[in-house]
Amino acid sequence: MSETTRHNYDVVVIGAGGAGLRAAIEARQQGRKTAIISKSLFGKAHTVMAEGGAAAALGNVNSSDSWQVHFRDTIRGGKFMNDPRMAELHAKEAPERILELEHWGALFDRTRDGRISQRNFGGHEYPRLAHVGDRTGLELIRTLQQRVVQLQQADAAELGHPEAMLRVFAETTVTELLTDASGRIAGAFGYVRETGEFVVFEAPAVVLATGGIGKSFKVTSNSWEYTGDGHALALRAGATLINMEFVQFHPTGMVWPPSVKGILVTESVRGDGGVLRNSEGERFMFGYVPDVFRNQYAETEEEADGWYADPANHRRPPELLPRDEVARAINNEVKEGRGSPHGGVFLDVSTRMPAEEIMRRLPSMHHQFKELADVDITAGPMEVGPTCHYVMGGVEVDADTGAARVPGLFAAGEVAGGMHGSNRLGGNSLSDLLVFGRRCGIGAARYLDGLAGERPAPAAADVERLAEEVAAPLRRDTGENPYQLHQELQQTMNDLVGIIRRGPEMEQALESLEKLRERVASVRAEGGTAYNPGWHLALDLRNMLAVSEAIARAALTREESRGGHTRDDFPAMSPQWRRTVLAARLAGDRVELERRPLDAMRPDLLALFDREELSKYLTEEELPPAEGADTASKEEK
Amino acid sequence: MTKRTFNVWRGDGGAGALAAYEVEVNEGEVVLDVLHRLQATQAPDLAVRWNCKAGKCGSCSMEINGRPRLACMARMSTFAPDEAVTVTPMRTFPVIRDLVCDVSYNYQKAREIPSFTPPPDAKPGDFRMRQADVQRMQEFRKCIECFLCQNVCHVIRDHEENKESFSGPRFLMRVAELEMHPEDTADRRAIAQDEFGLGYCNITKCCTEVCPENIKITDNALIPLKERVADRKYDPLVWLGSRIGLRKGADTPLPPNTRTTTATPEQ
Ligand SMILES: Cc1cc2nc3c(=O)[nH]c(=O)nc-3n(C[C@H](O)[C@H](O)[C@H](O)COP(=O)(O)OP(=O)(O)OC[C@H]3O[C@@H](n4cnc5c(N)ncnc54)[C@H](O)[C@@H]3O)c2cc1C
Ligand code: SF4
Ligand code: SF4
Ligand code: FES
Repeated sequence: MSETTRHNYDVVVIGAGGAGLRAAIEARQQGRKTAIISKSLFGKAHTVMAEGGAAAALGNVNSSDSWQVHFRDTIRGGKFMNDPRMAELHAKEAPERILELEHWGALFDRTRDGRISQRNFGGHEYPRLAHVGDRTGLELIRTLQQRVVQLQQADAAELGHPEAMLRVFAETTVTELLTDASGRIAGAFGYVRETGEFVVFEAPAVVLATGGIGKSFKVTSNSWEYTGDGHALALRAGATLINMEFVQFHPTGMVWPPSVKGILVTESVRGDGGVLRNSEGERFMFGYVPDVFRNQYAETEEEADGWYADPANHRRPPELLPRDEVARAINNEVKEGRGSPHGGVFLDVSTRMPAEEIMRRLPSMHHQFKELADVDITAGPMEVGPTCHYVMGGVEVDADTGAARVPGLFAAGEVAGGMHGSNRLGGNSLSDLLVFGRRCGIGAARYLDGLAGERPAPAAADVERLAEEVAAPLRRDTGENPYQLHQELQQTMNDLVGIIRRGPEMEQALESLEKLRERVASVRAEGGTAYNPGWHLALDLRNMLAVSEAIARAALTREESRGGHTRDDFPAMSPQWRRTVLAARLAGDRVELERRPLDAMRPDLLALFDREELSKYLTEEELPPAEGADTASKEEK
Repeated sequence: MTKRTFNVWRGDGGAGALAAYEVEVNEGEVVLDVLHRLQATQAPDLAVRWNCKAGKCGSCSMEINGRPRLACMARMSTFAPDEAVTVTPMRTFPVIRDLVCDVSYNYQKAREIPSFTPPPDAKPGDFRMRQADVQRMQEFRKCIECFLCQNVCHVIRDHEENKESFSGPRFLMRVAELEMHPEDTADRRAIAQDEFGLGYCNITKCCTEVCPENIKITDNALIPLKERVADRKYDPLVWLGSRIGLRKGADTPLPPNTRTTTATPEQ
């Protein structure tokens, strides 16, 4: 147990999902000696589960698409809370990143003229998601994994060993970031899951790419990896998290049987024609189109159905509203007694297209329902309901470099905040991983240039203390079972800080979290150090608690409803609150919030929206001058 | 809710044995759910590898009543009501602990295969490929790397000595995939035979039978690859290429230094 191995790298990337692998590839291509650390095996990260596709304005299916339209959709989806610079870079660079993947061997589905095909998705004006059936994430991960191997082969040829410059440390968990006396990043501390052996990575630059936080909620589409480690590591290293109140509940998770409750039913089901009905057979989404989207969505079934074949002359079906709208609508239908037998609503493709077409377009959904629920989706409807899916909140970063507020720390992917505002559009995550993963790799390399060879040194005492802390749950003779504590935490978050939030309930949540914190501090893990899941969970609990507190506190503070944050007691969207970003940081072991102004959108970007639309989101003083004065402001830029 | 008997292999590298548990099972559950319940109630340190719990990541491979399967896709309702369920780790790979194996053999084999090699002058965005051209390879790319096919293949299942010279169905399929890629310019046919052990495969189709993605590994990847390898012998281009040192038609060698087992270089 006292064994500690030390490694030296230029850049340590924590996470081997899309963001982490893309960052590591870039850091290596920039000539930096790079380590990739992952809790799971290489190629199994959560990104593998992404189904629908990666959004990029390639314009292959509808040539009217452009980065500007993608940008506009992203901002609309995020209810104007997005970091405008991130949304801009994302929309501009996503196409290049997708084509680069193809060049590395990815095989996307094709258009008739042999280019990458693109599909419709909620909130995207044009067919925009590059995809491979409904297993796009697998293709993305495998391609990046194979690119890593390719770089390793090149290093083997040139330097004699495949791991000379780029090495994967699989099944290794980082429990703390190391800093030097002045607070700069100096490395990371962790343990090898297989053996329990401790590892110290000394590195001046660390890229966080640890994904999300879903395992703090009971009903979730996320896997065990999603314990918010990166969020918590950043907090403890002195960085800030923004937008933590915005948690995306995907409208369509499985609801039956109980053991699969929460597993995702991809949005492509709706993008490809699937419709939502309540127990009365009604396509209820027509009743839930909010004012801000009124002009863009169909009002009759006929108009909606016409859209799939002729989108130029029809408005979109309301099933394709952004996720937050659909999730709330389903929640309401169930609450008002029009739900399905197991507490969801019906999602149906069986009456919408022939069985062969379903099998071709949605093979893994067919497989999933057949295998896990005994439901044949070509013959009848699925039962679905909301499930915790994605966290918009994350580490506060500089858009261009991915740099966090701690020198040497970078973050990309789901663990980074800002890009998606209050609500992420489907398909925008996979492209986000590639765009900002790469930017972090470059950002880290440039930071190293600035250090000019200097290497911040971690304090030796820190490493000893961390080893003690990590081993502690194994040494206790008493203390609670980590599985029990985890269940209580999940129940608390699900019940009190879920889709629909109320002030008093969140206060109650914060009290419960406080009590849980004491119990978690003395949690006990039975067994030894080798591959001991109980011990691993005991260590993850601390991170889940920190993240849950940040979410609950931010959600209690934001007195409005917007995207992935719905307050029963403050149901309206507030233009004043839109200008305020809540940033969480650690003070002692408590989460504190700071208020920041949200960056204003540049005039040329603002000009992509008409004034009427803007007036629904912005305060009077932020609005561009009314018609007439308009041209002048455009010319200035 | 019913009670079930679960016999779970517990132990590490050297030694271990089946341990019997009586455990609660609810409607709709899969074997992985029951293993999780065991962890939460009776065996907190039971080692199980898993991730997605939806058949997408290929982490939870094990042998259930002797059959190599994904634990997250093995529904309890498929067993007879009073049938005991016996869960053991994959047999072909060394056990780390309980149900978790050391699968590094597979990553080693992956690293020996020459990577995708587009034409040197091609730029991102240049490729035009029809759906029909990519369909076959897409079938192989459904692979979730669960390594169940590797586990079941008799060439290595009880033959440690063959591991060095045989890459297994998963990675021979990867070679086939690259060979079929319309934009790939390498030629891996010679090393498929000489280095990756294609010749060991006697098309028993055991790999195909266990593949949770229902990939027709033998019929669609291994047999066509064997045909290509056979064709190569009589391919005039190859013959000419090897005479006059032409790049096209030349055999791509094993990537240098990828088969070494030396310790990692740093420190
Ligand atoms: C079911 C499902 C379907 C989805 N479909 C889509 C889609 O169609 N389109 C889309 O754009 N998005 C989709 N998403 C969202 C998207 O998949 C994720 O947001 C994205 O994959 C996150 O990628 P990442 O690189 O940030 O992290 P991940 O891929 O989750 O990787 C995180 C990595 O960090 C590692 N890690 C975490 N903590 C530690 C630690 N302490 N120490 C060491 N390593 C650690 C993990 O092991 C893992 O390797 C979907 C999500 C789900 C759950
Ligand atoms: S078909 Fe070939 S590769 Fe597959 S199990 Fe049989 S011998 Fe092994
Ligand atoms: S080919 Fe099938 S059985 Fe083999 S590793 Fe891939 S998914 Fe698993
Ligand atoms: S847990 Fe991912 S395949 Fe079983």
